[in-house]
Amino acid sequence: MNSEVAFVTDGLTRHFGEVVAVDHLTLEVHAGEVFGFLGHNGAGKTTTVRMLNGVLEPTSGTARVLGLAPLEQGPALRRRTGVLTETPSLDERLTGRENLEIYAALYGVPRREIAARVMELMAVFQLDDRADEKAGDYSKGMKQRLALARALIHRPELLFLDEPTSGLDPVATRLVHDMIRHLSHEEERTVFLCTHNLDEAQDLCDRVAVLEHGKVVALGTPEELASKIGHGQRLEFQVARGDEETALRLLAAAPGVSAHRENGSLVAVGAEWVAIPGLVTSLASAGVHIYRVAPQEASLEDAYFALQQDKEEMS
Amino acid sequence: MNSYIVEAIVRKDLKVVFQNKGVSVPLIMAPVIMLALVPLMALAATSGEMSSADSAQFVKLFEMMPPGLLAALAGYDGVQKYALFLLVYGGAVLYTLLPLLVVTTVASDSFAGEKERKTLEALLYTPSTDWELLLGKLLSAWLPALGISWGGFVLYTVMANLAAWPVMGRVFFPTTMWVILAGWVAPAAAGLALGAMVLISSRARTFQSANQLAAVAVLPIFAMLGSSLFMVMCSGPWLMALLGLALWAIDAALVWLGRRSFRRTRLATQI
Repeated sequence: MNSEVAFVTDGLTRHFGEVVAVDHLTLEVHAGEVFGFLGHNGAGKTTTVRMLNGVLEPTSGTARVLGLAPLEQGPALRRRTGVLTETPSLDERLTGRENLEIYAALYGVPRREIAARVMELMAVFQLDDRADEKAGDYSKGMKQRLALARALIHRPELLFLDEPTSGLDPVATRLVHDMIRHLSHEEERTVFLCTHNLDEAQDLCDRVAVLEHGKVVALGTPEELASKIGHGQRLEFQVARGDEETALRLLAAAPGVSAHRENGSLVAVGAEWVAIPGLVTSLASAGVHIYRVAPQEASLEDAYFALQQDKEEMS
Repeated sequence: MNSYIVEAIVRKDLKVVFQNKGVSVPLIMAPVIMLALVPLMALAATSGEMSSADSAQFVKLFEMMPPGLLAALAGYDGVQKYALFLLVYGGAVLYTLLPLLVVTTVASDSFAGEKERKTLEALLYTPSTDWELLLGKLLSAWLPALGISWGGFVLYTVMANLAAWPVMGRVFFPTTMWVILAGWVAPAAAGLALGAMVLISSRARTFQSANQLAAVAVLPIFAMLGSSLFMVMCSGPWLMALLGLALWAIDAALVWLGRRSFRRTRLATQI
């Protein structure tokens, strides 16, 4: 990551009739960083990507992307950006190779370079042995990899990835994650990652913004958000199966602590480490059989759910 | 304008459209059936002896024809007149339907089909300008119409001469009128239908609905062209050339309007 700005928005807003899809978005993304744009479906992520690429007109506000105005200088801008759309948006009647060849031409890749670049990407995404099969016959993971290869065919400086691992198996997911790391760390490209996968964001992103009904409600590094919003530490308890309800009730009753079930364990969020002996004592006194207590740092997921909880409490 | 990008859009659309058998098979079969039909009818009608009743009816029909047609057919005997009437004049009306049919089928798949297949979004993110995008889409429907019309013209030339050989005894086709029709008027007629299709396809969500709407929209164009064409042909080549010029002028106006109003930002709200 460096100090150069990849894009900046100022009060970017888009209405669809009465619905406000993006609400006064003010954001600065640095060149070379992986920036996570978190939000549930319909939060305004795709609309933002469209406006930043000059494909959708904002209702109000401005944006400068790679120093260009998206609407007025759309073609020049789109030559330098790559977009992986939420659905792969492939021509399924064409082969994988034809899909890439045609989009290489559409992005202005010189004719003499197209064949080599297509084969290089096909190999990187492990599609080379199926290059001449129709894209419609590909599995979901293969389609997603082909769409990602298409987004990279013109070597864009700024990459917009809209839910890149949605519906992928773990092997394909790892391949995509490795590719994102490579693009950012080795090739210093900027990646704007729209996702609702919190683990993915925590794992890959330098900074994240949490979007809620078109508004940014939190912004920072995953660690900053986790410690600020995720209420600090979290404790994972493993107790005897019959004691779970009692333990959950006792943990939730402790001051400043919220507790929930997670992957077969009980998780207490917000407890300071110094409070651990007291919590353990109160559980033991109530007859709860404790097998394990593991202190952990709060995660981005905790921060995200804490934000949701705050919102529910406010409403 | 970047012609490389326009060419890529055309190449993409043609590849995609002609991979669809529901589109490519009718497009290949239509000219064969339509343009082989008239010569075969002419062959059947002129191969046997004409009965006195048929002959009388034919004479009566010709008495009602415009003087231009009668002058053009003067010097031919009865059967030759009949063959010429069917092949030169009757076939022309059917021939104008061909580019309209091709344009509506290809444009339905190219414009509305792109929305249906959810491939439009990726295209909008390419560095094409709005004008390059529109021009690419127009050409990808117009060029097949041109190719199939001209291919159909060659096929019809062969079939018409073969069918009329027994009565004409020489190669009589194409006439000047037909050269103007195929080379000048038919491409312009395709352009006119394309203008209607662009309007329709931007509103239709699926290939099927675009195709159905197209049939309704293109029918008046065909009716107008078909009815005026016969009169124009009876009046001579200059009027035919003028008809083409009028159609090209309308095409140019439609393209100009399309260029002014076509915005990818508007398309993006429909996906």
